[in-house]
Formats: sequence, C-alpha cells, structure tokens
Amino acid sequence: MARVLFENVTKEFGSVKAVNDVSLEIQDGELLCLLGPSGCGKTTTLRLIAGLETATSGRIHIGDTDVTRFSPKDRDVGMVFQDYALYPHMNLADNIAYPLKVRKVREAARMERAKEVADHLRIGHLMERLPGQISGGQQQRTSVARAVVHEPRVFLFDEPLSNLDAKLRLESRGFIKHLQQEMGVTAVYVTHDQAEAMALADRIAVMQDGVIVQIGSPLEIYRNPQTSFVANFLGSPPMNLFDAEVRNGSFVGSSFELDAKGVKEHSALNDGDSVTLGIRPEHVRVSPKPMKNSIASELYAFEALGPESILSFRIDEQLLVARAFGDDPPEIEMGQTAYLSFEPRHLHLFNEHGSRVNAD
Amino acid sequence: MDDLTKRGNHILSVRAGVALLVPAFVFIGLFLFFPFIWVFLISFTNRTLLGAAAQDPEFVGLGNYLRLFDFSRWMRSGEFGHSLYLTVIFVIGSLIGQVTLGLAIAFAFNRRRGKLREIIYTLVTLAWILPETAIGFTWTAFLDGRRGTLNAILGAFGIEGVEWLLEFPLLSITVFNIWRGTAFSMLLFSAALGNIRPSYLETADVAGAGPWQRFRDIMFPLISPQFVTALVLVTLWTFNVFTPFLLTGGGPAFGSDIIAIHTYRVAFQFFEFGRGSAIAVIVMTINLILAASYLFGLKRKEVAT
Amino acid sequence: MNLPKYVLARIGFYVFVVIVATAFALPLLWLLLAPFGRQATLAVRIPSEPTLANFVSVFRNAFAMRALFVNSIIQAVGAMLLITAVATLTAYSLSRIRLPGRDMFVYMLILFSSVVTGSAAMVPIFLLIFELGLIDSHTGVILVFTGGLLPVAIFIMRDFMQSLPKSYEESALVNGASTLQMLRHVVLPLTRPGMMVIGIWAFVNVWGSFLIPFILLRSPDRMPAATATYSFYTEAGTPVITLVSAYALLYILPVLALYLFVNWRYGFQFFGGIKS
Ligand SMILES: Nc1ncnc2c1ncn2[C@@H]1O[C@H](COP(=O)(O)OP(=O)(O)O)[C@@H](O)[C@H]1O
Ligand SMILES: [Mg+2]
Repeated sequence: MARVLFENVTKEFGSVKAVNDVSLEIQDGELLCLLGPSGCGKTTTLRLIAGLETATSGRIHIGDTDVTRFSPKDRDVGMVFQDYALYPHMNLADNIAYPLKVRKVREAARMERAKEVADHLRIGHLMERLPGQISGGQQQRTSVARAVVHEPRVFLFDEPLSNLDAKLRLESRGFIKHLQQEMGVTAVYVTHDQAEAMALADRIAVMQDGVIVQIGSPLEIYRNPQTSFVANFLGSPPMNLFDAEVRNGSFVGSSFELDAKGVKEHSALNDGDSVTLGIRPEHVRVSPKPMKNSIASELYAFEALGPESILSFRIDEQLLVARAFGDDPPEIEMGQTAYLSFEPRHLHLFNEHGSRVNAD
Repeated sequence: MDDLTKRGNHILSVRAGVALLVPAFVFIGLFLFFPFIWVFLISFTNRTLLGAAAQDPEFVGLGNYLRLFDFSRWMRSGEFGHSLYLTVIFVIGSLIGQVTLGLAIAFAFNRRRGKLREIIYTLVTLAWILPETAIGFTWTAFLDGRRGTLNAILGAFGIEGVEWLLEFPLLSITVFNIWRGTAFSMLLFSAALGNIRPSYLETADVAGAGPWQRFRDIMFPLISPQFVTALVLVTLWTFNVFTPFLLTGGGPAFGSDIIAIHTYRVAFQFFEFGRGSAIAVIVMTINLILAASYLFGLKRKEVAT
Repeated sequence: MNLPKYVLARIGFYVFVVIVATAFALPLLWLLLAPFGRQATLAVRIPSEPTLANFVSVFRNAFAMRALFVNSIIQAVGAMLLITAVATLTAYSLSRIRLPGRDMFVYMLILFSSVVTGSAAMVPIFLLIFELGLIDSHTGVILVFTGGLLPVAIFIMRDFMQSLPKSYEESALVNGASTLQMLRHVVLPLTRPGMMVIGIWAFVNVWGSFLIPFILLRSPDRMPAATATYSFYTEAGTPVITLVSAYALLYILPVLALYLFVNWRYGFQFFGGIKS
C-alpha cells in the first residue's frame, strides 16, 4: 500500500505527447479513476506507473521510492490488462500463482495462497481449467486474482470491464470496488465510461489530450465541471450546452433569450461576451403552461425508462434534453409546445475557451 | 534494476533485439547477399575449379557474356540461346497447365466437402511435397518405353507406346512439372474461392446468371489477385526448377536442356565457373525482375507464404 | 436425347474427377506397390504374392542405410534445428523492437531468397563452400540450406509472433518476472506451435531436396537418401528396380507421416504454406 506521485511527467511517442506535464498525487488506499475519451493518454499514464513505459521527463514515486527508472518487476504493482493476458498454456492455478512463482515462493505455499484468493473470487473450483475453457467473467476474475495474489502496493486496471456484457459489467464493478476497499490498497482504474468512473472512484481525474483537466470526487466534478468538455463528458444524458451572447443583462441565443438576473457571475461578464450555457437534464423544468423567462419548444421525442423519463426538445439544430424523475412524467404530447425553464443557480457558464466562469 | 532509458520498449532492449538479429544477418549475408555480389565478379573471369585458372583466374571482361550471346552459334543445341528457347516453352507450358488445372480443381470442388475432395487434394498435394528424387524415380518408371505404366495403359486402348523421355523429352518434363506443381495453384485458388461470400454468388443466381457468367463476372474478378500471384510465382519457380534433371538429365541431345540444367552443366560438369556465373547473373536478373514486379507491383498483403 | 443440364454437369464433374485422380494417383501408386513385388516391374500391378524381401535386401545395404538413417537425418535435423532457432530469435526481435525499415528488411529478404535460388545460386555458393573448405561435409550442406530457407522461415515466424499479444509479456514483467523468466515461462511456450510449423517445413524441404547435396557432396559416405536414390536408379540396372522402389518408399515415409500429422493437427490447408 502506498501513494503514487507524478511530478511533471511527460511521455512522448515521436511527436505525440501522450502524457503532457502531468502532476498528480494518488493517496494511499484511494481508488482513482482516469477518465477520458479514447486516445487521451489514460493507458499511457497507467503503463507509466507499471513501468511498461518510461517517462520522457518528470518523476514518478510509489510510496517513498522514486521508481521513474525502475523496470516493471521492481515496482511491486498488480495489473489487470484489458485483454486479461492470461497465459493460455497455464491452468488457472498456475496463472494466479505466477507472481508468487517468480518471487520464489515455494510450490505448496503459493498454491495454497492462489486457492485462497481464487476461492474468495469464487473461481476456486476452476483451478485445473485452462483460460480458454472458462467464461469471460471468470477470466476477468482470474486476472484480478493474479493481480492481487502477491498483495502489491498498487493495483492497476486498464478498462477491465470492456470485454464483458452489460449485466456482468455491473456485477464486476461492484466486486472490484468491494475488493479494493477490503484490501485497502491504492488503485488506479482506467475507463472511458463515465458511469463506471462515477460508481467506482474515490476521485476521478478527467483527461483530455494528455492533460488532466480536472480532478476531484465524482460529485464535485459532476456539480462543478471546470470546463465544458468535462461538463459534457460526465452524466448521461450529458449536460445541455448552448452558445449565447451577453446582451443587456440577458443571455441571447440564436432563438432564445434568458434573463441573466440572479446568475451572480453575470457581473463578471461584459456585454458582448460569448458564453456557453450549461444545464443538466435533471435541472430542466418542463411546463405545459407558459412561464416567464422560459424557452418555448415542441416535444421532439419522449422515452419512458421506468424510474425516469427523458424528454427531448428541439432548439434550432440542437436538442435540449430534460429528465423527469418518477414514473409519472409531465403530460405533454408529441408536437405540443412546452416551456422550459431553469433555476439560475443550476446554470453553468463557460467562456469562449470552455473554462468555467461560475464561482464554485 | 536495469536502466530503462536504454530500452526501445520494456519487453526487449534495443541492444538485445539487435543481438538476436546477428545470426540471421550472418547467414543471409553469407549465403544470399554475398553470393549475389560475388557471382557478378566471377562472371568477368575465366575461373575454373581446378588448374591454373582456379588459383589465379584472369579477368576476361565481357568475354563470358559475349560467348553466351554469340549469335552465330547460340541457337545450336546445348548452347545458351537454345536452352533459353526450351525454357520459355517449358515455363509457358507449365504455367498454363498448372494454373488451369489448379483453378479447375479448385472450382470443381468449391463449397464441396467430403471424401472425394479429400482424396483429390491429398493426391495433388502429395505430388507437390514428396521428395523430388523419389518422384523423379517413379516418373521414369511411369514413362518407361517398354514396361512403363503409361504405355501399358495406352496399350490397353490399342495405342502403341513410345519412349517418352527419349522421343518427347521437353513434353515429358513439362507434363511432369505440371503434375508436380499444380497443388500450389489449387490450394491458392481454393482458399480464394472459399473466401468469396456466398451472398455474392446468390445475388448473381437471383439475377439469372448462368455458371459461366457467374464465374466470369463474379468469381474471377474476386480471385484475380491470387491469379496474378500464381502467374508470377509459378513462372519464377518453374524458371529455376532443377527437378526435370532427375528425369532426363537435360537430354537426350540437349532436348530438355532447360536453363537450370544448362547452368548446372556448364558450372558443375565442365567446371567453367566464369561462364556459369555469367549465366547465373542472367538468370538471377530475370528472377529479380519477376520477384520485384510481384512484390512491389502487387499490394503487400497478397504475398503468399 | 435431351438430358437436363445439371445431369450433364454432374457427368462432366465425375469424368473430370476420375481423370485427375487417375493422373495423380498412378505414378504414386506404383511407388506404393512395386516394393512388394517379387519381379521387377515398371507398370502398376498389384503383386500376386506380396513380399517383404526387397525391404530386407535394402536393410542389408550399408550404403543405402547410412544415407537414409544417418546422413539424411543429420542434414535434415541439423538444418531444421538451426533454421528454427535462428528464425525464432530473428522473428521475435523483429516483432518486438522498433527499428526503422524492418518491414522493408523482411520483404527484401523474401525478394532476395527468390532471386538467389536454384542452380544459378549454386554457382557462387559452391565456390563459397569450396573456399570455406566445407565441400563434402554435412556442415556445408546444413549451412547452405539454412541460408536459403531462412528468409521464408523468418517471414512465417514473424507473422506468427506478431499475432501474439504483447500483453502476455507485459503482464509477466508486471507480475515480477525478469526478462529471462518472461522468455522461459511465457514466450517460449507460446511460440512453440510456430516453431513446430517452421521445424516441420524446414525438415520436409531439406529431406526432399536434391540439388544442394548433389552439388556439395562427393563421397558416398555423406550422401543423403535424396542423392543416394538418384545414384541407385541412374546407375543400377532393371533387376534392382524393386529394391530401389523399396528404398524410395522408405525414403518418403517421414514426409508422408508428417503430412498426415499436420493434416490431423492443423487441417488441410496447412501444407499450402509449407513449400517455398
Ligand atoms: N506505443 C505507442 N507508440 C506510439 N504512439 C502511442 C503508443 N501508445 C500510445 N500512443 C499514442 O498516445 C496517445 C494516447 O494513447 P493511450 O494512452 O493508449 O490512450 P487511451 O488509453 O486514453 O485511449 C494516442 O494518441 C496514441 O496513439
Ligand atoms: Mg487505453
């Protein structure tokens, strides 16, 4: 168990900066999710911790040791690969016990330990099987078992659930969280699935183009996204974002005008500034009757999901998505005009560079 | 712990990786590149195996080449031009035979499974992979004038047999070579035909195409890359094949003196390495043109292994 | 008479199959039957009184036995081991380190191996082996075969290696293995099927090749079965035809056995890639 520290770490592949001047501290016992779209540098960051890549510049510490130049075998980490990387020629027992074997643990002792871990992960009855003879979910557990068997200081997960079907994914997610907390070990978990990150993480680091754009607890990030990119990346359906201009104390969009009074950061904006307005679907109030300071729009699509409903409205070329909770959705017919309004405190404002203007 | 900055990646350091390449470099340098260069040099000398010209070969300039292309005699039997002429017939005959027969077999058994296909494919493949000396031996028996199987069969139909290897040496080795090499085209084409999506053919059927139209309009265009592969590789291999030597030794009276046998005779029976090298240079140049046109003219993924 | 088209097609198909089967079977069939006959015959004929006497005579011939069971095996197995080892190391390196132009390198190799081939290549290679003092030695034969077959072996092996995910090796390293342990525990076992394929391919090629030993070897002591068979049937008279055929049958058996093995193990198409 140990903290992991990145000091100005950069990793270049030729001209590509896969990781760009990242500084980051992962606390002891914490589960940190690296979240971001494909190609943003998550895997590279993880591999830098594992020692499978070497930083072009900067330093990496695990615990109190500077491991920047250490080879993987000396870093004492456990890693679950995206494709699991279970050795096809070894049965589960040998696969799970492999980290102990190279650490010269005696045969009997390592088999006992492997069995113990496997039993805990409910794959103890499969020990004689080869990886090709078990299901995807079982393979995933096996690779977790192999990563934890020698009680490493850090767990690394690279999209470990992406090869599972939706139902198994939910189940495995719960079990990984449970295991990590039970062992109290530091973990770094890479995913591009925001729901997975929200569900698992103590803290999330959102990455974009090799840079960590925001780091914080899931709720912090959800509530106060620092950029429009983060705002859009977290939440499903994602935050609605509309371009507008500040004019005479109002936000004027292409086909709407909203009174900016009550939006306290409004004072920081000048007439003529471009802003992006963000509103989460659950903060959109939908009313069939005209309301003041609202946007009128026709209902475009309606999805009843059970515990909630998703309503889409068309505003110019964009859809504005609203989310109504409960199995009793607002009574609006297709094509009927509805009036959409938002409380000023729920409005997120981003400047033309995508940075947040609101105070937190 | 090792210093990772010296590593190209973390599985294998660049230094270790390069070290692993050394044996291959030695072998390939010594047995492919060096001979390729050296043969040029020897072709300008009068080097022989034994005697004075072996110890201290003289530079003869283009002498060996001029001798090969001495047009007053080069079409006489046993000479270089004559050998090239025989080779062209041999290669074209083999090429047409192997590619047509291979395609026909692959086509006949396309989307068929079962014993019949297995028997045919096994026989044709065995003809290809069994050791050449054993095959050469059975073919001399098969073609034997007095008691060979072929003449026995012809006799059953009332046809008088002949001494095939003596009277029709070039025809004999061409037929033999077709027999020996059809497997390559057959396997290549049956893989290609097998990869054609059934829906393409069904669409043609629905559109009312007959079998010939179906082949011409749908199947052939889809297997044309393999067709080119077969043409070039079969040409290249046939051009260099030495196996017919086991049937005729190049004779009688140089009647089957194809270029591979001709080269062998000049270099290893007469031990005229200078002239042999000049022939080798010409042969390798033709090889180079064939191989390069194949490798670079065609998309890389079509490389047959 | 007006037969439906598909009946005609059916008849055509069977006529074609019978002709092809006969043409390809007859020469092979003779090799299978002649060794068991009492009398020398060149026509395909099921022996009326099958006998093993020919094989007994062959086994009594020291030269023939030495060629088959000593020389052929030394040369084919030697070249097989060398080719497999070198191709594996090379392919592993080529698939795991990033060197500029490595793909070009492999294609150039294939190109050159198809250019420097046949009796043309033997002219300089003979002189090279002569200068090295390796004429008439097993070593010379093995080295020349290795040089000639290596490019294709590397090509096949590299394809195989590239299809192995690097994550196996990476996970071994993360699990704490040293480079040597990674090679021994993970890479070697995973590469074994590829090495098998290359090994069989090399063995079959060397076992059946005539030209190289024919040119490089002089003394009967070192001749492999390939050249021994040739000298038997070109030098011997008709009476020993049955003996030669018995010998040739023994000689092709390993190839036949490997063919059956490969068919059973890897399916039919495999030999499509096994000859260069
Ligand atoms: N071994 C490599 N060689 C060259 N470029 C690489 C390599 N690995 C990753 N990259 C590049 O670095 C960037 C980040 O990749 P990666 O860390 O795999 O992203 P992610 O895991 O977030 O999808 C991408 O642009 C990718 O193309
Ligand atoms: Mg990734």
